[in-house]
Amino acid sequence: MELTICWLYARTMNIYGDRGNVLALAQRCRWRGIEARVIELGVGEPLEPGRYDIFFWGGGQDREQVAAAHDLQGPKGETLRCEIEEGAPLLAICGGYQLLGRFYRPQRGELLPGLGIFDAWTEAGSRRMIGNVVVESEEFGELVGFENHSGRTFLGPRARPLGRVRIGWGNNGEDKTEGCRYRNAIGCYLHGPVLPKNPQLADFLIEAALRRRYGEIALLPLDDTLERVAQSSAVRRAQATR
Amino acid sequence: MDPRLSLAVGVSRLSATAIRRLGWGGGTALPGLLASLVDPAALSKLSRQLPAGCVVVAGTNGKTTTARMLATILKQAGHRVVHNRAGSNLVRGITAAIAEQSSLLGRVRGEIAVLEADEAAFPAVVRQTSPRIVLLLNLFRDQLDRYGELDTVARTWGEALTALPAASIVVNVDDPALAALTDQLASRRLTFGLAEQRCALDQLPHAADAAVCRRCGTPLTYRAAFLSHLGDYWCPGCGFERPPLDVAARAIALEGLERLSFEVAALGQQPWRVDIALSGLYNVYNALAAVAAAQALGIAPELIRAGLAATRAAFGRLERVCYRDRSLVIVLIKNPTGLNEVVRMLTSARIEAPLLILINDLDADGRDVSWLWDADLEPLAQTGSPVFTGGIRGADMALRLKYAGFPVERLRVLDDLPGALDAFVSELAPGQTGYILPTYTALLALRRALAERGVAPAFWRQ
Ligand SMILES: [Zn+2]
Repeated sequence: MELTICWLYARTMNIYGDRGNVLALAQRCRWRGIEARVIELGVGEPLEPGRYDIFFWGGGQDREQVAAAHDLQGPKGETLRCEIEEGAPLLAICGGYQLLGRFYRPQRGELLPGLGIFDAWTEAGSRRMIGNVVVESEEFGELVGFENHSGRTFLGPRARPLGRVRIGWGNNGEDKTEGCRYRNAIGCYLHGPVLPKNPQLADFLIEAALRRRYGEIALLPLDDTLERVAQSSAVRRAQATR
Repeated sequence: MDPRLSLAVGVSRLSATAIRRLGWGGGTALPGLLASLVDPAALSKLSRQLPAGCVVVAGTNGKTTTARMLATILKQAGHRVVHNRAGSNLVRGITAAIAEQSSLLGRVRGEIAVLEADEAAFPAVVRQTSPRIVLLLNLFRDQLDRYGELDTVARTWGEALTALPAASIVVNVDDPALAALTDQLASRRLTFGLAEQRCALDQLPHAADAAVCRRCGTPLTYRAAFLSHLGDYWCPGCGFERPPLDVAARAIALEGLERLSFEVAALGQQPWRVDIALSGLYNVYNALAAVAAAQALGIAPELIRAGLAATRAAFGRLERVCYRDRSLVIVLIKNPTGLNEVVRMLTSARIEAPLLILINDLDADGRDVSWLWDADLEPLAQTGSPVFTGGIRGADMALRLKYAGFPVERLRVLDDLPGALDAFVSELAPGQTGYILPTYTALLALRRALAERGVAPAFWRQ
């Protein structure tokens, strides 16, 4: 078996260890005997429909985020939207998450259009929300990460949050929601990176990809002792620092 | 005499002495704060007195080592040098450091100052000291949770430099961000970088930042990548490229963990060699920066060479201590680039020794440990030696190594210090060498633990 991971804007949007998510996906495939290929897709490079099994999109600085937003206005963005509608798993962090909402409103200048996959929008804020985060998710249990954003994301009526923040700011520092879920797509502010310390999220994405490509397939369990140790030490740290 | 300045210096010096007497360490923040409360212009008044002016050294990596090298060169050349210590690189610390080296009448006892400035404090430091030379080393994605985005730092630096019409800018143009930043200042800029293909990496490491053209946003193409995003680059979008080098290092020889040497090639000079008791490519950059700044100050090659030969490693920058019959080599790691270089050093010297990596996440370390995932640790998986991890976020480090393909059987998570030190030393055979890689506050804790165990080399006092 083989899965192809598409790393969107790998060179330009990869901040705070976001690449660890790609490493986690690839390694957790390999440890199960599933071949994992990682293809980086940059600005101006076309997205071929049906070629990729999992999408990952990280955070970036303002300038790179603008370039990516423009790159997705057109057939490339349409293809990505179709893939997600058809159940392709996707993880987007911070800047990538924001651009999957309807728009990003900067402090100055014009509105940055998003793909509108999540019923959400983001407004630039003046306060930077930084620190360890613990999220309670009905679907995935306790999640831990590190947030670092000034954009404040608000969920529309059709949006489902990834979870509720127990410790930290979350989407906007007001309504206690964190992240957004739609079909097999997950968007959130959790750096850390999020997948290695929350392997259930990684396995959700891998399982969804296998199901889509190969039909119903049970995922082999892995020894996640070290992951659990790191997860609980990060949660303890979050409790001590917030 | 300026009574207000004199009072500021007096208050700063007295409080510094009191803090030391009370055993509160070598704190400089409070004395500097008091001095600037008494006389807000204290720093600018003091630095204006220096007959040969100030050199301000800034950059994410290598400030401390480079400033030490430059100060040593200037001392070799017979100058009386005023110098701030590592960790005192905010406006307050710099004020206190100069006050410390002034008379109670507010007269500075020195001819020239070499001042290391923190990235965020850089604009304020240059505004107040009006330096003769600004030495810019690099801009890495280090502790962004403290500084905000790299672009923001670059912009404030650019504004600060434009407001300094008299200063010469000595700049590492292997860093595309710094090259772009100083482009408009080309008439008073002295460039340095590596003219070497052999040190080039096969591919850009993952921690590389700023690999995008600052002018047009196109990803840069590298003819050679040396260290993180430092290299010989050009932009396929707009033609922006590394500017010509005024001072270059070539024929670089990295000799294990002990020495390095390279040839200095500068316009209108016969090439000449320098030899230093430090290791790693990042120290080639530090030494080359010191060479370029010293040349801008008109110091002769023989004196520069002698100054570099007299430079020793600073605390935690690769030092060796003996404890219970074992040898411990300590290397501070601050960010993915530093960690990459240590990994490169260990694997290229084929060192197969147990490793203890200590990761803390206090303010001075950076509270976000996700940087561990920006480092390329995969080469360690090829070595045969065990790795122990410890510190507040030791488990995160172990997990990073697991996903780098490091065999879990050879991986162990130890407690926090000092327990981790005892456990690690017990794993070493008598006579064996172990390597300890701590982050900044873990290094301080390690120093305390070693001192409690009777190991305290004199040079920690510096
Ligand atoms: Zn360009």
